[in-house]
Amino acid sequence: MSLLELKNVYKIYGELHALDDVNFKVEKGEWVSIMGPSGSGKSTMMNIIGCMDKPTKGEVLLDGVDIAKESKKNLTTIRRDKIGLIFQQFHLVNYLTAVENVMLAQYYHSIPDEKEALEALERVGLADRAKHLPSQLSGGEQQRVCVARALINYPEIILADEPTGNLDEANEEIVVDLFNKLHKDGTTLIVVTHDPEVAEVAQRKIVLRSGRIAKEVVNENFTGKIRFTD
Amino acid sequence: MKKRRMFIKMILASLMRRRSRMVVALLSIAIGATILSGLISIYYDVPRQMGAEFRNYGANMIFTASGAEFTLDDVNEGRAVIDESKIVGVAPFRYENVRINEKPVVAAGTDPDGVKKTSPYWRITGNALEKNGQLLVGANIADTFRLKEGQMIDVSYTPEGMEQVDENGDRAVIEDNIKSFTVAGILDTGGKEEDYVYMTLADMAELSGTQGRIDAAELSISATADELSDYADKINSTVGSVHASLVKRVTASEATVLTKLQALVLLVTIVVLALTMICVATTMTAVVAERRKEIGLRKAIGASDSSIIKEFMGESMLLGLFGGLIGAVLGFVFAQEVSINVFSSPISFRPLLLPITVLVSIIVTGLSSLMPIRSATDVDPALVLKGE
Repeated sequence: MSLLELKNVYKIYGELHALDDVNFKVEKGEWVSIMGPSGSGKSTMMNIIGCMDKPTKGEVLLDGVDIAKESKKNLTTIRRDKIGLIFQQFHLVNYLTAVENVMLAQYYHSIPDEKEALEALERVGLADRAKHLPSQLSGGEQQRVCVARALINYPEIILADEPTGNLDEANEEIVVDLFNKLHKDGTTLIVVTHDPEVAEVAQRKIVLRSGRIAKEVVNENFTGKIRFTD
Repeated sequence: MKKRRMFIKMILASLMRRRSRMVVALLSIAIGATILSGLISIYYDVPRQMGAEFRNYGANMIFTASGAEFTLDDVNEGRAVIDESKIVGVAPFRYENVRINEKPVVAAGTDPDGVKKTSPYWRITGNALEKNGQLLVGANIADTFRLKEGQMIDVSYTPEGMEQVDENGDRAVIEDNIKSFTVAGILDTGGKEEDYVYMTLADMAELSGTQGRIDAAELSISATADELSDYADKINSTVGSVHASLVKRVTASEATVLTKLQALVLLVTIVVLALTMICVATTMTAVVAERRKEIGLRKAIGASDSSIIKEFMGESMLLGLFGGLIGAVLGFVFAQEVSINVFSSPISFRPLLLPITVLVSIIVTGLSSLMPIRSATDVDPALVLKGE
């Protein structure tokens, strides 16, 4: 059984078909990137996979459960337990330190554990910045805190929305390396990106256009390493 | 770390690390709490302050004899019923018809110290009645006899029964008692007191030749109309020899003024309370609005609606607590300033007002925050993903 499966998924706003009969599967431990121009339906799909929206029609099976039929309250629980979110603009709580931001995800999930949160920050190479506020961290460091927060509850899927959109090349490489490490640890990654270099790193690339899957490319030369083109 | 510790850490961090934002909210709550606590202090202190002012208008209770005999002991028995701390002064009076230059005059024997307290409005040219041998002369009497301060005059008193039969059956005419007095001062009140002369009770006893008896006692009591009425009822039912009655023109006008003043302060308090609530609600709406993204994030990473409500409510209640504490202290200072400037006397500190102000402040802040916080739960977590 696939970890995630979208079956004939539609999202319709009046006349607009934001998603139009989308079908695809993501296997456990797989690294998938989703590409597409603005208005192609990437955000709508992210919202649906991230349990923040429901499709108008179709099934979205996450670990065998059709989340399209779940209540808002249950969707919150599923999101909390199964999905780790990484955002383009990091979205750290600006008055909490790095470690407190990581513990925030634990707080809503189960019990906050500072030691575990520090270990998560260590995994992303930020143990020495644990007590810093977001305003004292660089963009790359903030994104790494965001990654640590996403993985702290051991989610089934890490869903990243333009994770390198606000980073320079050096930090982009660091974040992609982190994804590679997570992938090697068996974490399932779905990365929505505009950046072809980041999209190319994934094992499989899905290209959306006008709410439909236009192309699906399997990366035969998967290394998990980013290759910058000049 | 326990969840509760993290919760406290989060709301404290939100208040302490967002100081510039929170200071505005805290100020609005503290100002509201200050005015509220100050007005409540004034509201409860007005009766005491006004009571003290009204004591300048003279006695508000009169003791008279309910039987044939009425002495100072009876007055003291009646006085014992009243809370001693509320008694401003007691002045016993004994009235007798005396003569000055063979013309009849009403003389009153009294306690000089007591009368100063029960009749602070007396305007005296010269000196007040201080000791035996002195006479305080009403202005009309002074005019009639052309009396001046420091002048010596004789006052005569004819004992009851002009003739007495001795043991031998001889009739003997009793002579007038005559006593010399120094005029201490001239009394000007604009009332009936100007037709009297005042001396000490001891002088009156000496002049009349009879001890102990008095006719009335005036009492000045710092109490509300209801309390006065209760005291009078209690005295009338428990002290057989005394009949207590209220000086209606003083107690009634005092009650009217107090009721109106307290109603005014209460009205202002309610208006301030309403304004504080609007102010706090507006501030909290702004606080919530500028944190929509944070709320979206919290929901995106798994916060339930109840968690969001709990966290924001915790913050606003903590603000209410701090604002209430500041307000309780500043409110006392505010009430003190008002009291000193208006009533020329300090306000009494009411310790109970501290927890009440803090509690009201927490409740008002909580209630005012309810609507904006409730709307916070409508924030769509997807808004964070959209990068808005």
